Parts: sequence; structure tokens; C-alpha cells
Amino acid sequence: MKQRRKLKIWLVILAVLHAIIAAAGFFAPYDPVEQDRDRPYLPPMHIHMVDARGHFHFRPFFYPLRLREGSFDQFEENATHVVPLHFFARGAAYRLLGVVPSRLHLFGAAGARVYLLGSDAYGRDQLSRILYGGQVSLLAGLFGAGVTLFLGALIGMAAGYYGGWRDELLMRMAELFLALPWLYLLFALRAFLPLAVSPLQAFLLVVVVIGMVGWARPARLVRGVVLSMKERDFVRAARGFGASDIYLLRRHILPETASVLLTQAAILVPQFVLAEMTLSFLGLGVPEPMSSWGNLLATLQQYNVLVSYWWMYLPALAIVPFFLGYLSLASALQERVGTYKIEEKGGWNPS
Amino acid sequence: MRYFIRRTLHAVFLLFGVSLLTFLFSALAPGNYFDEMRLNPQISPETVTALRAQYQLDHPLPIRYVHWLNAVAHGEMGFSFAYNSPVGPLLWVRARNTLLLTVTATVLAWFLALLLGVWSAARFGRGPDRVISWTTAALLVIPDLVLALGLLIMAVRTGWFPTGGVVSVSFDELSPLHKFRDLAWHMTLPVFALVLATLPTLVRHVRASVAEVLEAPFLRAALGHGIPQRKLLFHYALRAAANPLISLFGFSVGTLLSGSLLVEVIMSWPGLGPFLLEAILARDLYVVIGGVLLSMIFLVAGNLLADLLLYWADPRIRTAASAK
Repeated sequence: MKQRRKLKIWLVILAVLHAIIAAAGFFAPYDPVEQDRDRPYLPPMHIHMVDARGHFHFRPFFYPLRLREGSFDQFEENATHVVPLHFFARGAAYRLLGVVPSRLHLFGAAGARVYLLGSDAYGRDQLSRILYGGQVSLLAGLFGAGVTLFLGALIGMAAGYYGGWRDELLMRMAELFLALPWLYLLFALRAFLPLAVSPLQAFLLVVVVIGMVGWARPARLVRGVVLSMKERDFVRAARGFGASDIYLLRRHILPETASVLLTQAAILVPQFVLAEMTLSFLGLGVPEPMSSWGNLLATLQQYNVLVSYWWMYLPALAIVPFFLGYLSLASALQERVGTYKIEEKGGWNPS
Repeated sequence: MRYFIRRTLHAVFLLFGVSLLTFLFSALAPGNYFDEMRLNPQISPETVTALRAQYQLDHPLPIRYVHWLNAVAHGEMGFSFAYNSPVGPLLWVRARNTLLLTVTATVLAWFLALLLGVWSAARFGRGPDRVISWTTAALLVIPDLVLALGLLIMAVRTGWFPTGGVVSVSFDELSPLHKFRDLAWHMTLPVFALVLATLPTLVRHVRASVAEVLEAPFLRAALGHGIPQRKLLFHYALRAAANPLISLFGFSVGTLLSGSLLVEVIMSWPGLGPFLLEAILARDLYVVIGGVLLSMIFLVAGNLLADLLLYWADPRIRTAASAK
């Protein structure tokens, strides 16, 4: 009972987190590619309730930043100018979930741009870029996991069901893939694919590359389930009645692998989001101007950014709650399924 | 002995498969180093053709593979287009830097993990165990990319640690003792990042397997006989719990070359990681293949080592192997 509740809680938390990213257009105050060249590397703004003269404001407000006297990159608050925050404000047009056109934003300001998490080299709003970037990173993770699980289930079922030399060959290949460190595999695959591609192509490429890497572990687990299932009485009975291989696999065996696949999904998704981040961080993934959590971090490879603009590190922290959610979900699922072996107790192992 | 031979053959087979696979991938790759050279108006098409012929890139794939195997046998592992020299020595210099980092980190991480893990298991469910469990859980949800970048930012903002390179500029003028200190100083940050990234997994494994063993009747009996706890934990319990840990140790050894890739790139440590990344971006084919293969050799060797250690440490495996 307690495990069930734990499972539910983490599912709800994850759903909320994903909903925020999915509705990035609503939560982000600006378009992620909208530039403000006069305000590069603006530090995060402070939201005030009490102004410089000690007056209390009911509406939270901020002071727009201006260049400090005699400086070219230091900003200070312009305390003479109060800009109130408006909630449910109308702003840049976007499509909610890619379909519903809307102009409604959670918050916005008239007269000056608000940068809650600072701005980047082109004066683009960091908060908006993180939210939109999450869509790219999470989708890459989810699609990648989908491809991997599909491949894994297919190969695992084929190996377990048909057995013999096919089983031997497929499992040797799985061993090979398990032995390779995933980052190297990712690199090697990516190395031999074209470098200069459009953002959408790059995204699909990343998904395919990530998806091709991890099939071995789910395939082995699925194979184990299939091996035990195909000798069960009801499966043999169905075969005796003349059921075809495809029917048996689809109707009787596939449903039994669901819990294994679900658990694997919870383990794979965060791992693949991280894989996308790593590839994009190294400049092998999703390119500008599209934002992803990985390529947002890529600016940190410049020394001056690293030293002076700490808020460029914030995209890295965005993944942490997702990691926490997925890992907790995975361990809750494992406990429920009862496959909670010592290996799994050791925690998350990215290889 | 037969067991050993079988495992070795298996390892060689695995390596062969990997080399074939990487070579195949490279053949399917669109574009190569010389395609980009062709775009350069200062290099004549004849030069490019001549270079291609010199590197034997126009031969069919099986012949190139045999040539390459021959080069591997001579320790060259093909030719780097960008560096215009054999890949082998280039890789070796970089691999040495990587090993310096990873061996230190692995030794440190295992030492800490054994200490903390056993201690945690001995206090199972009580204060210290709780603290360690929570800490490792917290570290687990911070991916290594995030961790390494965070540490780097901390380092540049405080100026406590150098943030790139292996040694200082004035390294050659230092006395041996200062040389060592300088090197250790530069290694601190990447080693710290690597230890923090691997420690939680290791601690959890040690804790889980030792805690399980501590339930065993023979250890309760030993406790009843008044054998001191330290001896009990580190001498009896750890030994009985060694089996899963040895496999994990083999994995640790196996990832010595490949595990630190990201940390090296982030912390500008001139190891194999940045070298490989550079080669990928420049389409320096044989460097990529060589790098992947070298790290693969380590992985396979690590697994082999684990198998041998298991054989040595676990009598059950010995009897199972000789019964076959």
C-alpha cells in the first residue's frame, strides 16, 4: 500500500514537471529567440514588494537595469523607475503544445523586459530559453527511450522466443553493446554521421543515435521474461490450439513484459535526456538558435562566461528535479515488481 | 586454466567485433577529412587526390581493414590526417594523462567507498547510515555534467584551484617536490569531480552487499564468540560480500580510459576525451577508431580481470568452472 502511494506521488510530481515544460509558451514570458542586443548578459533581476522609499506595493515590481556610470558591462538597478509585474499578461504569440495559438503568459511587464534568470549573450531571456529548451531535451529523452525500448522488446522477444542460433547471435551482440561505454558509443555513432545539419535534422539525428545505443539491457530483460513465459501452460495450450507465433507473442507474451519495459523506461528517460545534454553541450547535438539544456550550457566553455556570468549555469540545475523524479519512480516500480535485486540497490548506473 | 583460456578467447572475439563495427561505421560515414580539404581553394584537387592515394583511402574496405590491422600490430593504429603522424604515439601521450587522473580517482573512490559502505552497513538503519544514504541519494540525482560544471564555476569564482592543464607554466624550473605538489594541485579538481561522480554508486553497492552478508549465521556466531568488530567487518564480512564488488571493480578498471571523458573536456584536462572530441569534429577517422578501440581494450581487460579475481576469490565459481 505504501509503495503504491509512493509510486502515485512520484507520478504526479513528474506529470506536473512535464506539464510545465510542455506549456513552456505560457510560463515563459518571452519568445526564446527574441533578442535584445542592448542587454547582453544581464544578471537575474530582483523582484521587490517594497520600493526604495519604503512604500509597500501590492503588485510585485522590479527596477529595470541600466549600465553603471563609466562601465560597459556592469549593470545597476534604476531605482527611479518602478515597473510592475502583470500576471496573465498578453505578450508574444506562441502555440500551446504546438497547436493552440495564444498570447497569454503567466507574467509579463509593460515598458521594460523582465529577466528573472538573466539574459544571454544576445539579450535573450534565460528563463524562456530554459523552458523551451526543456521541450527539446525531454522530447529527445522520451523519443530516444521509445526507440530503445521498441528495439529492445523486438530483439529480446525474437531471441527469447525463437532461441537457438538466433538467440546466441543476438545475445552476443547485446553483450558487445553492454560492454561499450555509452558515451563512447554515442560519440562513435555521432562521429560517422554528418556534422552540419539543420536543427530539426540534428534533433532527429540525436534521437536516433541515443535510441540505438541502449537496446541491449532491455533486450536481455525481455528475453528472460519471454523464456519463462513461453513454457507456461496457457501459452502452450494456445499453441496447441494452433495459434501463430505472432499471435502468441502479441497476445500472451508482450503484455507480460510490460512491467519490465516500464521500469526500464523510467531508468532510460533521464539517462537519455542527459545524453542529449552531453551531445549538445559538446556541440554534436542540437544547434543554435534552437535551445536545449545542453546547448544552453555550451556557452560555459568560454572562460569569460564561466568567470563572470554564473547564471548561465542555471540550465544545468533544471534537469535535477527530473532526475530525482524519474529515479524515485524507477526504484518505486522496481520495489513493486519485486525485481529489487542487489544490483539495482546499488543505485543508478549510467552505463 | 581452461576457464582462463576461454575467457581470453571471448575477450579477443569481443575486441575483433568492436574493431570491425567501428570500421564499418566509418565506411558508411558521409564526408571525410579530405572532403573538407577540397573546399579549401588553396589546396589543388591534385594534392587531395595524391593525399588520398597516400593514405590508401581509395582501396576497398576489406583491404583497408587488413592494412589497418597490420598497422595495429606495429603499434601505429593508422595515420592521423590532422597531426600527420601515426595515431599510436599520439594516443599514448593522451592516454597517460587520462590514466594519471582516473587511476588516482578510482583508488581514492574505492578506498572511501569501502570505508563508508562497511561503516554504513554496520550501523544499518541508524544515524550514520541514514546520513550516508541521504548523501549518496542526493549525489545520485546530480548528473556528472552538472556536478563538474558546478565545481568548475566554484573554482574560477574562488580561485582556489587551477582550472585547466596538467602543470603550471613554470613546471620545468621547479624542484621535484614542488613538481609533485604542482601536479597534485592541478589534479585536485578533476579528481574530486570523478570521485564524487562514482562514489555514491560504489558506496551503495558495498553497503548493500555487506549488509546482506551481516545477516548470515556464521557472522552472528563470530560476533557471539567475541571477535572484535573491526576484524569481523573488514576481514570476514567484506570477504564474503566480495563477489558483486569484484565485478564492479572490474567495471571500474574497464572504464579507466573512457569514464572521465566528460570531466576532461569540461576541466580542459589534455586527456583522451578532448582529443577524441577534436578528432570527431575534424573527421580524423583513424584517431576516432584508435581511441574507441583503445578504451575498448581497457574495458575488455577490466572484465577479464574481474573474471580472474572472481575465480580466485570465490570457491563456488572455481568448482562450477572445473565441473564443466
